[in-house]
Amino acid sequence: MMLDAIRTLYILRPVWAVLLALFVGAGLIAVAGVNPLDAYQALFTGAFIDYYGLAGTLVKTSPILLAGLAVIIPLRAGLLNIGAEGQIYMGGLFSVLAALLLPAMPGFIHIPLCILAGALGGGLWGLIPGYLKAYRGINEVIITILLNFIAINIVSYVAGGPLMQEGAPYPYSNEIGEHLWLPWIMPGTDAHAGVVFALILAIATYLTFRFTTVGFALDTIGHNPQGARYAGIKVRRTLVITMFAAGAIGGLAGTFEVLGLKYRLYHLFSPGYGFDGIVVAFLALLNPILAPLSAFFLSGLKAGALVMQRAVGLETTVIEAIQGLVIIFVAASLAFTYNRSYWTAFLKRRRMLDDTLDELEANRAGRQP
Amino acid sequence: MDFLLDTQALTDFLSTSLRLSIPIIFAAVGGVLAERAGVFNISLEGCILAGAFGAAVGAFLSGTPVGGLFLGIAVAACAGMILAGLAVGLGINQLVAGIAINILMIGMTSYLARLILGADATSTLPGFHPIAIPGLSAIPVLGPVLFKQDFLTYLMYVTVPLAWWLLYKTPWGLNIRAIGDFPVAADSAGISVPGVRVACVMASCMLAGLGGCYLVLSQVFVFTEHMSAGKGFIALAALILGRWNPVGALLACVFFGLTDALQLRLQFNSPEVPYQLFSMVPFVASFLALVLFAGKVRPPSAIGKKYVRGGK
Amino acid sequence: MANEYALEFDQITKLFGDFKALDKVSLHVLPGSIHAILGENGAGKTTLMNVLFGLYQPDGGRILINGTETVVRSPRQAMGLGMGMIHQHFMLVETLSVIENIVLGLPGQGMRLSLKEHVDRLSVLSDAFGFEIDPYAEIWKLPIGMRQRVEILKVLYRDADIVILDEPTSVLAPNEIANFLDGLKRLRDNGKTVIFITHKLEEVTEVADRITIMQHGTVTAEKAVSETNTREMARLMVGRDMVFEDLKKPKVKPGPVAVSVRDLRAHDDRDIEALKGVSFDLQSGEILGVAGVDGNGQRELAEVLTGLRRPSSGKVSVFGQDVSTLSVYDRRHKTHMSFVPEDRQQTGLVLDLPVVKNAMLRDFRSWPFSKHGILHMQNARDTATDWVKRYDIRLRSVDQHARFLSGGNQQKLIFAREVECAPRILVVMQPCKGLDVGAIDAVQRTILRERSRGTAVLYISTELEHILSVCDRIAVMCSGEITGIISPAEATSERVGALMGGISDADAA
Repeated sequence: MMLDAIRTLYILRPVWAVLLALFVGAGLIAVAGVNPLDAYQALFTGAFIDYYGLAGTLVKTSPILLAGLAVIIPLRAGLLNIGAEGQIYMGGLFSVLAALLLPAMPGFIHIPLCILAGALGGGLWGLIPGYLKAYRGINEVIITILLNFIAINIVSYVAGGPLMQEGAPYPYSNEIGEHLWLPWIMPGTDAHAGVVFALILAIATYLTFRFTTVGFALDTIGHNPQGARYAGIKVRRTLVITMFAAGAIGGLAGTFEVLGLKYRLYHLFSPGYGFDGIVVAFLALLNPILAPLSAFFLSGLKAGALVMQRAVGLETTVIEAIQGLVIIFVAASLAFTYNRSYWTAFLKRRRMLDDTLDELEANRAGRQP
Repeated sequence: MDFLLDTQALTDFLSTSLRLSIPIIFAAVGGVLAERAGVFNISLEGCILAGAFGAAVGAFLSGTPVGGLFLGIAVAACAGMILAGLAVGLGINQLVAGIAINILMIGMTSYLARLILGADATSTLPGFHPIAIPGLSAIPVLGPVLFKQDFLTYLMYVTVPLAWWLLYKTPWGLNIRAIGDFPVAADSAGISVPGVRVACVMASCMLAGLGGCYLVLSQVFVFTEHMSAGKGFIALAALILGRWNPVGALLACVFFGLTDALQLRLQFNSPEVPYQLFSMVPFVASFLALVLFAGKVRPPSAIGKKYVRGGK
Repeated sequence: MANEYALEFDQITKLFGDFKALDKVSLHVLPGSIHAILGENGAGKTTLMNVLFGLYQPDGGRILINGTETVVRSPRQAMGLGMGMIHQHFMLVETLSVIENIVLGLPGQGMRLSLKEHVDRLSVLSDAFGFEIDPYAEIWKLPIGMRQRVEILKVLYRDADIVILDEPTSVLAPNEIANFLDGLKRLRDNGKTVIFITHKLEEVTEVADRITIMQHGTVTAEKAVSETNTREMARLMVGRDMVFEDLKKPKVKPGPVAVSVRDLRAHDDRDIEALKGVSFDLQSGEILGVAGVDGNGQRELAEVLTGLRRPSSGKVSVFGQDVSTLSVYDRRHKTHMSFVPEDRQQTGLVLDLPVVKNAMLRDFRSWPFSKHGILHMQNARDTATDWVKRYDIRLRSVDQHARFLSGGNQQKLIFAREVECAPRILVVMQPCKGLDVGAIDAVQRTILRERSRGTAVLYISTELEHILSVCDRIAVMCSGEITGIISPAEATSERVGALMGGISDADAA
């Protein structure tokens, strides 16, 4: 029973890491002369309890969850996709192109086309590092980072050049047709169907890993590529396809930002959601079914930050710092592995100590009847 | 391209190239040290930012660039300590640890800069000023480009050969190279693998921090949020192109500096074209350079792997 | 009294959890002698040396060096005490040169790396011992025998008085071994104390002065070599008289040719030609052994056959059909080929996945493990549980990670997986490496059962005794070529030794 308790403590270690990060973050808040409790109260009320606050959280959950999946899937096969940010941008770009340039057609055909286009854009942006890694052995981390900068600049160029709305004060495109707007899920707010789609995708990813041969192959590659090759899995091809799929999901994040929230292609439209995806992935321990939870939490931090700023006058950047602390502590917590025999031995020693003490006690009691 | 023919314009162009490449050079040389010892340092980006932040705060508080320099290096060293602790001490995936530090540094520096610098964030900070070296600076074109620079540039001139000398001409360098390739052998020869790795990671982050100091104290004299803007990642590409050799990395960085200067010039000369088309040039250049040449070079074999004694 | 020993172990005990790796081991080494430590795999020889070098701290007992009780806390300290270790796996950085490797970690070098001076000092040393070497050559360009020479020079360069060698001859070709043993004698003649860990009896009788024989973490004997003979040593080492075990091979009439290899050529990972025109036929119901010193193309041969490595030329056909274009997956499933790889931890298993998933590894895309891409984990669990029972795999649960199984149980799991799918061809490589006697027996019985079933078996191993007891024919490989194919009856140690050393029958005639 004691072992189970320790095991539970161990499984929950990202939770402890987050609490620790919030604790250290409280120190940062205190430095600014604000009571951390007030700040956190404003933050969490604004993020999760208030109706409009919750809607704001869900708006951010959509891209952050999708970005998280775009990191988790390749990481299960051993690839670190830092490129979700670029994939988001390319997804947004391709979906806007499909929205603005395709001939007029009814929404029920046009929306899926825009979504497919967005997925394709992100997918291609994931395919490049996937191919270079699998067939050329070039580190995917550096390539995806460089591709992020390239994608951001491409979108800025398109939004500020060819697609720029005439007379716009800063780079953004024309508005997409109203028939392309995603439905809302909370009346009177910005919360759109993207988050529902993201949730479905997270569950589908989970089922894929849990119950299909594809998931089996990915996990095998992730744990031992040499063994996977020996088992007859086509490692290189699988890696390329995986990166394409991850990129496509990242692309969807950008697509839903455009179709569900912004209705235009803005330059710099993603405030680093792709990097939030990395935090989500580790917070969820690479388990797709935990990703919605960790994405929701992280989105809450971000959405609540504005409320907090209004309520207690604290800079929202403190949330970025806390997010950095979260990932550091979660990463550190991952280093502690549960070792059953160690704990068994530890508990056994404890019991022996207790027994000995009991004996001593009994002896003493016996001597002084 | 007619500016290449005009002496003054050429001097300006080369001068800009050099100034743009210096932060990357510091970071790339730092990266070489860490990777030669078998530790990926993806956090170069965060360390540049840490250095820049520290430099700004130090210069602001002390009123002198030297104060900025010291605090800049110190803050970068803190980042290095975190990386060393996570990646070498706890044995966490080095890439993950590096990314964590990057995210942390972006948030921390923005937040603390607003707290400390506050309203003064946009006012010009004290910085280093160019010192012309008598004689050498009179050489046409190259003289003013190379020898009419500030203290940190001259420091860079010393750093690169020093790093090369350390790696190839001293026993420590031999230890570093051995650890990066086959740590088991180094361990069995009685060298402390974690010790050397921690030292290299610290030095690496401090050098990247110097790059950040240069940005603030020699280039723009203010701190802006996320001012590293991907320079650390370009440095990573540069050190691969430079084949994990400080001198090679220097050359690759100068190449990136030239492309950056070129795109700035193009931006300036063609205002009708959206500037983003040009500002992606250094990244496209890094990307192409990696794709075209990286397949042919072999990184240190133990890179990215945590070392556990007795593990085979 | 104690002073007469250069090194003495007094009742050293080392525990790993509940397992006694060393149980009150005592050892006495005379100065200026060659002292052999003899024992099978897992007898505790390497653990003993790791204790001596401070890599492990003993849980009991004392170490005395030149009569003084000493606690060794690190390899560096051990070196300072005049001990030098040559590991079974070379501790050389391949991208560095000979002299850089020798200087690596040398204390008191100051700030400058003065390679030139060290080269001069090294050449004096190598002349004295008769070990010639090019100090500026990079390690990866040197043959194995030369690399070992670098290791020895590295130790001598640090003024070691006690030189310890862990299984030094296991990587050497027969012709290199003689040379190496001469080198050991020269070391002794120059006043060095040599400790020599091995399981090869002939080498002990040839060079050693004294031996300590170990078995299951205890010392079974310590005596002068002149007072014993190989038969007694073998008995003390394995606890029984070592005779070629008669496995009672049932007579099986070999069937049609299953695998036909013609003029096969392939390169290794370094792009050096590792197979230089290999040809042979393998029949159904036959076990063809491939003998040879490690690293003579055996691994490349296995990899080319199983599709893991692309040949540069030549042909492999299976039942008359050219399989050159088939992928690893197709070879396994269309030609029904199974493969037990040499490296069971890195290749044969995925250590951090549960046993049940490892059981599925080969056939996870087919029934009963999956259907239409959907895994049937209950079937898999049932199958794995069945195998665990029938192959006597000791574990707590099939959900346990493969990492926590012992080597023998890991190998049994691999065999169950590769054999239960009823293959027509079975390629096994080093199947008994590092296993205890019981596991070896189980593995060999499984292979013989496959032979009775009519499977064509290619048995690649460096352990000649195993090959002799199991195989119907023996092909001997040397530097990428098959130097001869002989029957076990023809396989005298001289004949096989000559073939392993690259002297083919044609040359000898």
